[in-house]
Amino acid sequence: MTTLITPARPDEDTSPRPVPWRRMAWVTWRQHRIALAGVAALLGALALCLWLVGLHVHHVYAAAIACRPASSIACGDLVYSFNGMDTFMANGFVMDAVPALIGAFVGAPVLARELETGTFRYAWTQGFGRWRWTLGKLVPLAVFVAAAAGAFSVLLSWYYQPYLAAGNQALALNEWSPLAGGLFLLRGVVFAAWTLAVFAIGALLGMLIRRIVPAIAATLVLYTGLTFAAGLYLRQNYLTPLIGRNLLNPPASAWIVSQWWIKGGKFAFAGDPNADGMPRMNVLQQVCPHISSGPSSGKLSPAAVLQCFSQHGYTMLTSYQPASRFWPLQWIEGGWLLALSVLLIAATVWLVRRRAT
Amino acid sequence: MNVIETSGLGKRYGSTWALRECTLAIPAGHVAALVGPNGAGKSTLLNLAVGLAAPSAGVVTVLGGRPAGSPTALDGIAFVAQDTPVYKNLSAADMLHLTRNLNRRFDQRYAEARLGELGIPLNRKAGRLSGGQQAQLALTLALARRPRLLLLDEPVAMLDPIARHDFMATVLTAAVDEGLSVLLSSHVLTELERVADYLILMSRGRVQVAGEVDDLLASHRMLTGPAAQADSYAARPVVHARRAEAQAHLMVRATVDDPVPPGWEAHPVGLEELALAYLREPAAAALPGPARHRETRLSEVAK
Repeated sequence: MTTLITPARPDEDTSPRPVPWRRMAWVTWRQHRIALAGVAALLGALALCLWLVGLHVHHVYAAAIACRPASSIACGDLVYSFNGMDTFMANGFVMDAVPALIGAFVGAPVLARELETGTFRYAWTQGFGRWRWTLGKLVPLAVFVAAAAGAFSVLLSWYYQPYLAAGNQALALNEWSPLAGGLFLLRGVVFAAWTLAVFAIGALLGMLIRRIVPAIAATLVLYTGLTFAAGLYLRQNYLTPLIGRNLLNPPASAWIVSQWWIKGGKFAFAGDPNADGMPRMNVLQQVCPHISSGPSSGKLSPAAVLQCFSQHGYTMLTSYQPASRFWPLQWIEGGWLLALSVLLIAATVWLVRRRAT
Repeated sequence: MNVIETSGLGKRYGSTWALRECTLAIPAGHVAALVGPNGAGKSTLLNLAVGLAAPSAGVVTVLGGRPAGSPTALDGIAFVAQDTPVYKNLSAADMLHLTRNLNRRFDQRYAEARLGELGIPLNRKAGRLSGGQQAQLALTLALARRPRLLLLDEPVAMLDPIARHDFMATVLTAAVDEGLSVLLSSHVLTELERVADYLILMSRGRVQVAGEVDDLLASHRMLTGPAAQADSYAARPVVHARRAEAQAHLMVRATVDDPVPPGWEAHPVGLEELALAYLREPAAAALPGPARHRETRLSEVAK
């Protein structure tokens, strides 16, 4: 066989200029536009529901607070109907799943699909270079999901506004603490930050697990664990909680971390979280038998209990996060989630660069 | 220039060595065949050459000393992996667009013309093309990048005879027309003779034979003679002995000039015959390229 040696092409120098990033943008768009459209459709449908229900909630709320005289039966009906629309519990946890769904379904397949179908052998041997390819996919997708989630959480903030207004309690309207577990996640910056973090977790797990469905499942499990850990253990310690002494009526907007009683400067017993931190019945019977067994024991007044226990040398302590700390806590959680996401994406790129098979 | 050069190259997965002590130098301008049974380490060697795997030992460079897998290396190499992966949900036109965007060079006109010749509709999803068409699409994408080295991993294993023939014809045309160097792995020995002018035989993770086909054929003879005398033949190294009742066939490392023992006949060997003989004797080896090159170089110095 004869072989013709063609002269080296002029552009074949030993250090060629890399293929420009903007060309990768098209590749990312072309290969992930269906996933992105899915995100847009999901958020769009949810947004429509929230908007329609939200308009109603706002309407009833506006009517309830404007109603005069407040003690009339008509006003009571309005308050009752607003409280009856307590849709937070109904859809709050559904909304908490949104960052997980978006992050996992967009993030996990990015690398897992390539590895599962073998197309990484095509993609990672093109002139663009495989770590640049990975970065060129993960960064735009991460920005997109975070931006979409951020826009959506603006709507969520609006939706939950009536439940957060100061003075609801005075009108006997339901009031939530903006720091309450599920609700904290839906507003401010953390909704977008969690979406971003789940996306990054998904991308890394996809690289490690190399299969789409197990990678998505593992991502969802990890998100669940991480949000519970953040809600139950981490978030309350971002800033040292305030301590209130004998705080009978903490503001409804505050997030009560824990309540306990001391005597002589030492821990005595824990308050009952289901009864505003009051002593449990067995303690009550021991210390103040006359009020717990009196004729009116059925409806104990907290003030009376507190007074009796104070006379016996007990002090009730309440540690809590005031609602005014909403934004500092948001930035702290958003900050560490952002740092985690950057770290995970960097780790993914590093893994791709280092090893494929 | 050597398109692929390895030195003491090894790859270990867990405790198994997929490739060991591989020292090779494949010169440019050849269509080289990488032959060996399944699990011989062919895919491992190709993956190492494109940087999809990292060596556990030794080094591998491509296109005259560029580190395997580096941007400069990938710029000049096109790799068609086993089972010719393409994105099944993208159309052929999208695959062209994708590849064009991911590379500095891409000959769009060539790619479209070739797909037209092959009767592959540009708007059809890659997943709906036949196996042969998918392979041709992957090959077209690789060739349109105008690489200097084309690596093909078991390119025809899944194809029917006609598709296989068409595929290899395309590779050969490109090699001749453009001075493209080709390295293709295969466990199919037929057709090699028509295609390859350089042979690398591998088995059990080691390189057994490496060299130009003409040199290899010239340095091996098939001796046929009485079976009784087969064991006493020791003039030249025996690669493989095959005995029938009366006659024995010895594949020996000998040239036309070597004397033939009385009562024996010598025949030239074919490439398939040669490859089979070595594959049946994994312990036998014809020294790989670099050692021979060193000899040549020394003799040149002596002159």
